[in-house]
Amino acid sequence: MSAPIVSLESLTNATSSGQLLRTARSGGGVSSSCGLSSRPTDMDEATWEKINDHPCFSEEAHHYFARMHVAVAPACNIQCNYCNRKYDCANESRPGVVSEKLTPDEALRKVIAVANDVPQLSVLGIAGPGDACYDWKKTRATFERVAKEVPDIKLCISTNGLALPEHVDELAEMNVSHVTITINMVDPAVGEKIYPWIFYGHRRYTGIDAAKILHERQMLGLEMLTERGILTKINSVMIPGVNDQHLIEVSKWVKKRGAFMHNVMPLISDPAHGTCFGLTGQRGPTAFELKALQDRLEGGAKLMRHCRQCRADAVGLLGTDRGQDFTVNQIPADVAYDASKRHAYREVVARMREDHLAAKNEAIAMVASASIRGSLQVAVATKGGGRVNQHFGHAKEFQIYEASQTGIKFVGHRKVEQYCHGGWGEDATLVDIISALEGIDIVLCAKIGDCPRDQLIEAGIRATDAFGYDYIETAISALYAAEHGIDLLQATA
Amino acid sequence: MAFKIIASQCTQCGACEFECPSGAIGFKGDNYVIDPNKCTECQGVFELQQCASVCPMPNTCVPA
Repeated sequence: MSAPIVSLESLTNATSSGQLLRTARSGGGVSSSCGLSSRPTDMDEATWEKINDHPCFSEEAHHYFARMHVAVAPACNIQCNYCNRKYDCANESRPGVVSEKLTPDEALRKVIAVANDVPQLSVLGIAGPGDACYDWKKTRATFERVAKEVPDIKLCISTNGLALPEHVDELAEMNVSHVTITINMVDPAVGEKIYPWIFYGHRRYTGIDAAKILHERQMLGLEMLTERGILTKINSVMIPGVNDQHLIEVSKWVKKRGAFMHNVMPLISDPAHGTCFGLTGQRGPTAFELKALQDRLEGGAKLMRHCRQCRADAVGLLGTDRGQDFTVNQIPADVAYDASKRHAYREVVARMREDHLAAKNEAIAMVASASIRGSLQVAVATKGGGRVNQHFGHAKEFQIYEASQTGIKFVGHRKVEQYCHGGWGEDATLVDIISALEGIDIVLCAKIGDCPRDQLIEAGIRATDAFGYDYIETAISALYAAEHGIDLLQATA
Repeated sequence: MAFKIIASQCTQCGACEFECPSGAIGFKGDNYVIDPNKCTECQGVFELQQCASVCPMPNTCVPA
């Protein structure tokens, strides 16, 4: 593939849409009229249309598109043992945490400000910090205002499902195209260990009764969404010893009821968060336990492995959070929507994705055709655009890929502290990064210094910048070929 | 005969405000406050006080 390297950064930093398009077009050589769609072969056109710019519903889209959450719905109707809603910290990244709650009017201003400034923005979600369906008046008011002012944004909610059935029709009317339900159990005996109480029908329920009602409402809500053609994602928190094995059963139930995607996330548990699980010492799963469970769930609903468990006020590409750049006091009182930057970006991305997909398919076919036993675990530093384009020291996470005889598969990510702080690296941080990269064979990045490279080698992890700015899959296939002494040209011929 | 909110423990989620059948709860200044003149402790409407039943924080919405 002879893809021009137009860095997405140069696009997103462009100050005008005209400049944006000129930058992209100056890349030259990209065919835009060959009729290819970057749609995967195993998906129908209607479904692809719904997810092709939704970073949470499509792993492929998350390299290009961004989401934002507005924290307009703080009230909740259930208590989960992994949640403490009193918590409020700008440096914490996990669901339910926000720095400021917004009114629907403030939320509209924030959406416009972000849409004007972040061309990757494609989705607005309401994910609490309480429950979007329970705190319904604020959710609905926000969607109504946004749909009127910023009509070309996808609307999406996240809910625990308890109050979902009563709002499904309104969701459909408002064109809310994507709904995520958090379902941690399909057996109330398991649910009892996760939910101490629910508030339903004007009273509080506890114990098995609470879990039973929640379960029934979740299943009903899911079935109603499926009937109306609204795409659903099921989030499940993996809690070792509580529901880890049970999630296999959950996966079967939700697939049977039409769930499009299943996202198993690790429990985040820390006594400092003040959650019930944090205080009782309930541990979260290791990266290996999580991957092992996800591997067992393959073949059910499509698995999401690229979730970053973002905050209820996150802004930007998954894995980066620009929420702090858009707090209400930074947004002018009078802000008008300007779609030009987003439209220009979309045009550019549409061309790039065709090229990316062709390169990706070629790379995957090469690796699969080599039919070599054993797999290669690769950690990639990327800023988006599907390329190896981030310096090792700037990475706040590594995307993990597995190359094996089945091809090249994205399998997850590992969060790390940024190593480089403007010219110098923190040794203690490097130790933590090395431990976060346990089990990884090779790190791919745009650039790496000699010092961290040597220390990684001592820990048995190789790192290279030889494939800097290549497409991730192209880089991995070249690496795979080199590892196994295959001639690339022969293998794909 | 009324309930009150212990402001220091309140998360300000606002659930009590819309569950209250008497319209007795509102955001005043920096906190949610129950108007003792309007609060009926839900008598004759619900078996238990709605604000205390929905409140996520223990011992935060209590008899005044």
